[in-house]
Amino acid sequence: MDNFRYIKPSTVDEAISSKREYGKKANFLLGGTDLFIAMDKGVITPEVVIDLKGIKTLKYLEEKDGAIFIGAAVTWTELIESEIIKKMVPALWEAADLVASVGVRNTATLVGNLCNAVPSLESGAPLYVRDAVVFLEGKDGKREVSVKDFFTGVKRTVLKDDELMTGLKIPVVKEFGEVYIKMGRYEGEDLAQAGVSVFVDKNNNYKISLSAVAVTPVRATKAEDFLKGKKLTDELAAEAAELALEAIAPISDIRSSKEYRIHMCRIMVKRGLIASVSRMETGVPALSTRLI
Amino acid sequence: MNHILKFNLNGEAVEVAVKSNEKLLDVLRDKLGAVSAKFGCGVAECGACTVLIDDLSVRSCITFAVEVEGKSVVTLEGLQADGPTKIQKAFIKHNAFQCGFCAPGFIMSATELISKNPSPNEEEMRHALAGNLCRCTGYQNIVDAMNEVAEDNKGGVK
Repeated sequence: MDNFRYIKPSTVDEAISSKREYGKKANFLLGGTDLFIAMDKGVITPEVVIDLKGIKTLKYLEEKDGAIFIGAAVTWTELIESEIIKKMVPALWEAADLVASVGVRNTATLVGNLCNAVPSLESGAPLYVRDAVVFLEGKDGKREVSVKDFFTGVKRTVLKDDELMTGLKIPVVKEFGEVYIKMGRYEGEDLAQAGVSVFVDKNNNYKISLSAVAVTPVRATKAEDFLKGKKLTDELAAEAAELALEAIAPISDIRSSKEYRIHMCRIMVKRGLIASVSRMETGVPALSTRLI
Repeated sequence: MNHILKFNLNGEAVEVAVKSNEKLLDVLRDKLGAVSAKFGCGVAECGACTVLIDDLSVRSCITFAVEVEGKSVVTLEGLQADGPTKIQKAFIKHNAFQCGFCAPGFIMSATELISKNPSPNEEEMRHALAGNLCRCTGYQNIVDAMNEVAEDNKGGVK
């Protein structure tokens, strides 16, 4: 790895003006668990690294004005240890608890996970089903973008060269159930072979999202529309799972074949639906949502 | 870019010249003599390089040394400054080492777990230690050692 200029601004404005100055030659650093490895392998070779950990205003996790606000510097461990997340966004909590290992979760951040934008990202599906909104800030000011419009491809997002994701918000909802199910080969490090999040509310509105089975996370809107207003039965869950498969386009890679991903997505969507409904009705999923 | 890095290592203030691109693991091992942390995979997957930064376990193989400016870093050398800890004694008793390469990382992760949850059950232990790999596959002995620590912390019978 070549040497680089390391700067640690204390405000968002300073960080953005540095990024504007250096453009593509600079990278932002938060937990660094992805950035470091990419630099070590020579995949990216920034001349400047802008460490955002000195910016105190990026560290917030609170519920106010009908939403849960999460700052860019909040780590996975901080999410796991938050009662707000555990109670109000349980699918995100389940995803957080399955990210890599404790040693990675102690530094890696949710916002970093989003900005790296790999298809297997753990945070995608749970945030898609909650219609989360991310906060972007750059030289032209601030903008809010729905998380569903944030990703444009594998490791590609709508972030401009001078822009920084400062945080995100998740609308508070009441009387709902949701889960995240990850298929991986083993605990401790493995990326998801497939991930499924399901949300349901008391009016039988369903939201289903899948990750690691297309270039970006996807919502299975056809399955959602099919279920809308219906009380879930095992048969309906099975039919919806078939429809959900129309939203995905998995590939075969080192972690899994395309056929296995499709097969398991069918099972995971069905289980996710049943588990979400039972979590809404009883507080706990009727069946285990842990595959690893 | 060169820096004079100042931080606390195992309870003592240290000052060391580093470049921005130096990894914490290398600085600890090659410049400061703290060789308990090991280079295993180099990509944060095996846990052999685990150290505590401000009481949290961190992978020193993917941490830039400059990131610990002003922080407190603890390696196994610091933990055992006054002799083996309770966790280390349990590891010894249960022969929770085979080649021993992974042991410092396991003990750092176990130390963090016990500090947050003094009496974890086996599921919690395996979940917390899932990111530490033992290629001799000596996991059961490690879990046995940790069970003893957990029981002891409950005030149970040894």
